[in-house]
Amino acid sequence: MEIKRPVPVVPAPIWKEFKDLQEWNELHKQRQTGDKHSETFETLTEGLHQFPGGFVLTTVTDNFLNWARKSSVWPVTFGLACCAIEMMATFASRFDVERLGMVPWASPRHADLMIISGTVTIKMAPMLLRIYDQMPDPKWAVSMGSCSNSGGPFRHGYHVVKGVDRVIPIDVYVPGCPPPPESLLNGLLLLQDQIAHFHKTGKKAPPTEKVD
Amino acid sequence: MATDLTPRVTTELDYAGAERLTMNMGPQHPSAHGVFRAILTLEGETVVGVDAVIGYLHRCHEKLAETLAYVQYPSIASKTDYVAAMTSELAYVMAAERIAKIEVPKRAEHLRVLVAELQRVASHCLWLGTWCMDMGGALGGGATIFLYCIRERELVLDLFEKLTGARLLYGFHQVGGVRYDMPEGFAADCRQTIDLIEARLLEYEAMLEDNTFFLMRTKGVGVISRQLAEEVGISGPLLRASGVDFDLRRDAPYSSYQDFQFKVPVETDGDCLARYRVRMVEFRESIRIVRQILDGLPEGPISSRPGVKAVAQVRVPKGETYTRVEGPRGEVGCYLIADGGPKPYRMKWRGASFSNLAVLPFIIPGHSVADVVAIMGSVDPVFGEVDR
Amino acid sequence: MLTAADVRSRLATLDGVTIAEGDSPLTVTVPAAQWATIATRLKDEMGFGFFSFLSAVDWKEEGLEVVAWIDNTDARLSVVLKTRLGAGGTTCPSLAEVYRGANWMERECFDMFGISFEGHPDLRRILLPDDWVGYPLLKLYDVDTPYPPYR
Repeated sequence: MEIKRPVPVVPAPIWKEFKDLQEWNELHKQRQTGDKHSETFETLTEGLHQFPGGFVLTTVTDNFLNWARKSSVWPVTFGLACCAIEMMATFASRFDVERLGMVPWASPRHADLMIISGTVTIKMAPMLLRIYDQMPDPKWAVSMGSCSNSGGPFRHGYHVVKGVDRVIPIDVYVPGCPPPPESLLNGLLLLQDQIAHFHKTGKKAPPTEKVD
Repeated sequence: MATDLTPRVTTELDYAGAERLTMNMGPQHPSAHGVFRAILTLEGETVVGVDAVIGYLHRCHEKLAETLAYVQYPSIASKTDYVAAMTSELAYVMAAERIAKIEVPKRAEHLRVLVAELQRVASHCLWLGTWCMDMGGALGGGATIFLYCIRERELVLDLFEKLTGARLLYGFHQVGGVRYDMPEGFAADCRQTIDLIEARLLEYEAMLEDNTFFLMRTKGVGVISRQLAEEVGISGPLLRASGVDFDLRRDAPYSSYQDFQFKVPVETDGDCLARYRVRMVEFRESIRIVRQILDGLPEGPISSRPGVKAVAQVRVPKGETYTRVEGPRGEVGCYLIADGGPKPYRMKWRGASFSNLAVLPFIIPGHSVADVVAIMGSVDPVFGEVDR
Repeated sequence: MLTAADVRSRLATLDGVTIAEGDSPLTVTVPAAQWATIATRLKDEMGFGFFSFLSAVDWKEEGLEVVAWIDNTDARLSVVLKTRLGAGGTTCPSLAEVYRGANWMERECFDMFGISFEGHPDLRRILLPDDWVGYPLLKLYDVDTPYPPYR
C-alpha cells in the first residue's frame, strides 16, 4: 500500500472539543460527591438499627466490606516523573506491592487508587483530572513525592501546580524526593488503615496520630 | 517501510471509501515511559502520521536555574534525566568548573567516571526491562525480563545508597569535585555486583536472541538512516546503531575518560535490534571501565573547594561554555552563560531525549500500531530531559 | 581531514561574519540575514552534518541572540553559530529546511522567547499549552507567575 506524499499540516485536535469530555463535565456537576456518601444506604442502616442486634449486622458487614476493599486496591499506573521510577521499583520484586493485593492496572475504569507520582504541570493537570474522573467510586488518591505534595523543588516554576491537591482530593501524602519504596509502602499501608474505617454512611477516618 | 524523510500529519480522504483515523496515544498509557502524547493518524493498522505532543512535564528548569545558585542547582539538575541522575548533574557542574577554571582532583574525576558508568549499567537495566515489558505485556512474558532487570538494577542502586545515601536522585556532584567518598568495603561490593551482572547478561541475551518473536518485533523495525540520524541530532546508542562512530567519551573526552580503555560499539542496521545490540555491548564496556577504575583509584582529596557553607560561596566569572556528557541516552549538554555572580545568567539543557524523540515523526510512519511501542522503547526517552 | 583552520578560512570569505579566537569550538558570529546561507554552506561543503542544539539568550536591552551548535563527526570539529536579532527584534530565518533537528529546537525557542522563525513549516508552541500567554524565558517574565487556580 502506498503512502501518499505529505500535504500541509493540520493542527492537532484540541482535546477540549471532544464530546465525551463535555458529557463528563455535565455529570460531574450533577453528582459532586460521588457515592462516597450514599443516602440510600444511610436510610437502610437507620432502618436496620431499629431492630435489636441491628448494629451487629451493619458492623460485621462494614468490616467485611472494608477488609475486601483494602485488600484489593488496584492502582492506576499514573507515573509522571522521577517518582514513577521508584513506584515501578515498588511494584517490582524486591518491594512487591502485589502481596498487598495491589495489581497495577493501566485502565482507570478498573482501578481504585491513583498514585500521583511526579510533578503535576499546568498542561498535565486537566488530563489528571480526566483520568481521576474516569475512575469509579469509591476511589482514593495518594500523593507521592514532594512535587505532588506541594510543588516540591519546582514550586516556583511558572508551569508547575503547587501541589496536586489543587486538582483532586488526596487521602495520603508521602513525602520524599523521591520517596524510597519503603516510604511508599508505609503510605500505602496507612491508606489501607484509612480504608478500614470507610463507612457507607460517609464518615471519613480521622487523621492518623502523629508518630515520631 | 516508509523511508521518506518528512514528517506527516494529514487528515484527508485517501483511496475510495477509506478514511484516516486519528488516534490519541495519550499522556497516560501503560507503556511506562512517562508523559508523552502521540496523536497517530492511522490508515487501518498502519500509522501514516505522528504528531508528538510533549511538555506535560515542563518543570521550568532553565528559568529556575537563573534563580538558584551554583551550589544549589546540582541536586535539581539530577531531575532532568532522572534515570541517569549522575550524568545529568555532571554536565552542569562541569560547565561551572570550566568557566571558572576550577581544577578537580584526580580522585574526584575517577569517582565521577565510576558513578557515571555504574549509572549507565543501571539505566540500561531499566531500559531493557521496560522495553521488553512494553513489547510483551505487563502480565505476561514481558514482566519476566522486567523483574529480572529490576533485580539487577536494585543491586547497583544499593551501591549508590552506600555511597551517597540516595537511591535515585543523588546530589553527588558539586562544583570542584564530589561530595561523598567511598566507604569501607565499597570496592569489594562493587566488584561482586558487577561480576554478578555480567554473568546475568548472558542469560538475558540467551533468552532474547533465541526468541523468534523478539526478533520479529525488532528486526527491520524503526530504521533510522545515517543521514537522518545526524541531521536530527540524535545521539548515544541510537546514533551508533545507525553507523556513526561518535562517542563523546572517546572523541571529546571529559573528566579523565582518556585514561581508560574501552570499545565503542557501532552497528549499521539502524533498527531496534541494532540499538539493542549496541546497548548490550555498552553494558559490558561500562563494567570494564568500572573494573579499571577500581584497580587503580588514586588517593587524594575529593573536592578542590571547601564544603558548602553559604549559598553565594561559588561565584563564576563572566564567560560561557557548553559541556557535553555521554549519558546513557546520548549527548546531555549544558550551555551556561555566567555573569560573575552566584547564579547563572542563562542555562540551557540540551536534553538527549529531546533530540532523540524528534526523530519519531520520520521513522514511525509506515509501521503498524504495535511497532510504535517497540520503537519508542528502543529510543528510550526520559521525559525529564525532553520537557525540562 | 578537515581542520579548524580550513573551516576558518572558508567561512571568512562571507561578509559580515566574524570568527572569534579559539578552535574548539569555532565561534562564528553572523548577521541574521546570512543565518541560513552559512548553515547550508557548513552542511553541504564542509560536512558539518550533526546538529546538536539551537537556543536563544535574552540580553535585555541589547535584544535576543540565537545560538546553534553544529558538529562534524568525522573530523571531530564543532562550530557555534551566533546571531544577534537586535534590540526588539524577534524574527530570524529558520534552519528547519537545512537540518531537520532544528524543527523542534526552533519551536522551543518560539515557545520560550517569542522568536518567530521565517520558513519554519509548523511554528507552534511545543512545551507549554497552546493557549499560554507570554514567553517565559524572557528576562521580563517572572518565574513565579501566578495561574489561578493551579498556582
